[in-house]
Amino acid sequence: MADIAARNPAGHPSQQRSSLHKLMQRKSTIAFLMALPLILLITILVAYPAGYAVYLATLNKGMTRFVGFGNFEFLFGRDTFWLVVYQSCLFAITAVIFKAIIGFVVAHFVHNIPAKGQRKWRGMLLVPWVIPPAMSTLAWLWLFDPSYSALNWLLAIFGIEGIPWTGEAGWARFSVILVNVWIGSPFFMIMYLAALKSVPEQLYEAASIDGATWWQRIWYVTLPMMRNIIAITALFSLIVTFANFDIVRVLTAGGPLNSTHIFGTWAFRVGIEGGDIPLGAAVSLFMVPILAVAATFILRDITKRGSEV
Amino acid sequence: MANTAVATGASTRPNYGSMSRDRTWALRWSYFFLVLFAIFFLMPPIYMLITSLKTSAEISAAKNPWFISNPTLQNYIDLLSQNQFLVFFRNSAIVSICVVILTMLISVIAAFALARMKFWGSATLATGVFLTYLIPETLLFIPLFKMFAWVNETFGIQLMNHWWTMIILYPTLTVPFATWIMIGYFASIPKELDEAALIDGATWMQTLTKIFIPVALPGIIAATIFTFTVAWAQFLYPLAFTTSTSELVLPVGIITTLIKGDVFNWGQIMTGALLGAAPPLIIYAFLMDYYIAGLTAGATKG
Repeated sequence: MADIAARNPAGHPSQQRSSLHKLMQRKSTIAFLMALPLILLITILVAYPAGYAVYLATLNKGMTRFVGFGNFEFLFGRDTFWLVVYQSCLFAITAVIFKAIIGFVVAHFVHNIPAKGQRKWRGMLLVPWVIPPAMSTLAWLWLFDPSYSALNWLLAIFGIEGIPWTGEAGWARFSVILVNVWIGSPFFMIMYLAALKSVPEQLYEAASIDGATWWQRIWYVTLPMMRNIIAITALFSLIVTFANFDIVRVLTAGGPLNSTHIFGTWAFRVGIEGGDIPLGAAVSLFMVPILAVAATFILRDITKRGSEV
Repeated sequence: MANTAVATGASTRPNYGSMSRDRTWALRWSYFFLVLFAIFFLMPPIYMLITSLKTSAEISAAKNPWFISNPTLQNYIDLLSQNQFLVFFRNSAIVSICVVILTMLISVIAAFALARMKFWGSATLATGVFLTYLIPETLLFIPLFKMFAWVNETFGIQLMNHWWTMIILYPTLTVPFATWIMIGYFASIPKELDEAALIDGATWMQTLTKIFIPVALPGIIAATIFTFTVAWAQFLYPLAFTTSTSELVLPVGIITTLIKGDVFNWGQIMTGALLGAAPPLIIYAFLMDYYIAGLTAGATKG
């Protein structure tokens, strides 16, 4: 301000505005430079590859010739591809639903107990989320081991026969979902617990004075108050679960007979291990529609929340 | 708190006995189910620990797998005296620390610019950062694979099969999240604070280092912990881009070298997995509150 005044002793309004404009520009230039590393990183290593994937998907295996939708047509004609589509949807949707339910239930139990014990329980229950997924999946792989399964040993006590956890298609599908739920539900628990704490106690008191049962309290008080956080957590989780890689790769590597492959692992198998980069790119691009839908909803929620504040 | 108050009040006020009995039962059931869930959630890591303390002979013996009859540290000694394992550990440590430093430098500065110094396109960029954060690595590894080949052909720089390539790659996963969480923290700082600093003649950089960073320190700690956890746990990129045993990071190293064909040395695998899980777990044990604050503040992926 001081130097604007000094430079414009006559105080012509137009001149004043132009130098003010210059000042603004300087500030915005600094800001732009400060954000430049971020912009470069996003453009070169995220945006460009994402676009490049689309181009790659239109090439032939040797990447010498443009084949248009050839790779996609080829995929549509293959049974394995439809198996992968089916398994990806089954895997993501089932896992997210169970994660949400278990997270909700556990959050309630933690919320129920006296406040001073909550921190300890919360800390203990979040452990699966902290361990690197590849490492904890190894532990599950060992629990599921065909000949030394410690889980089957436990089940045998109750007279249940050994389960082929990763050996048979149906059970293998169950197992990858189980591990995913195990890793992901603590995250839901933490989010829902935070949401539960933000529900005003008076609402429950009013509800119990009106004679509401515990079920009515959950249905008419808790759920409506938590609707936003439930939706956004589920959408976030849907994205990562759909794009999962570690669990399936370590636990079954897609087997038996490709029955547990999801888009990420199959793209890896086809693109990197099979050496057909364009086909792999085409496979991974099938994740985009569901990601785009989820992202749109999340973004809408976030801008809505932003404008409320 | 309310529960205990009602429970103690019950003995003097029998009229409300049924309600307090309900509460006590609700409490008992809560503990019962919490114990069940805790068993479910802690079973794999505990079984890791149990197996890591067994000899191979005991592991393959057909008896109670949940019981250790001859606890031994042999697996730990074997693994930690293996040069290979120490190389994995070193690679992982260097990569994670470099990624944390790089990420925090890029994202704190950029978040400050985006939260406070509006410039042309800054709102779009903030949304772009968030969208980037939603793009999974499973979508990017194939084009990146091809791009690396192109870089090698054009500039003669071999990015493939080097652990330090991960220092370039991991920020794509960590920077968007860290920037997003920092924008949130910075936006919550009152405007008067930095305006006062600017009037006192502070430059933008001084405002950032003297005011924003100290005030937003909890957020910075949370973002740092997250960045470290993500960098340490990343599995797909090193699996796709590194193959030589000297270039692997810990998670990939354990899985590709300890599992040899059909021969599974489970004692060592579990020891390795536990050691691989240890750094994030130790950080979590000490900084749990920051960890949870970051988790709930940043609308994390899960």
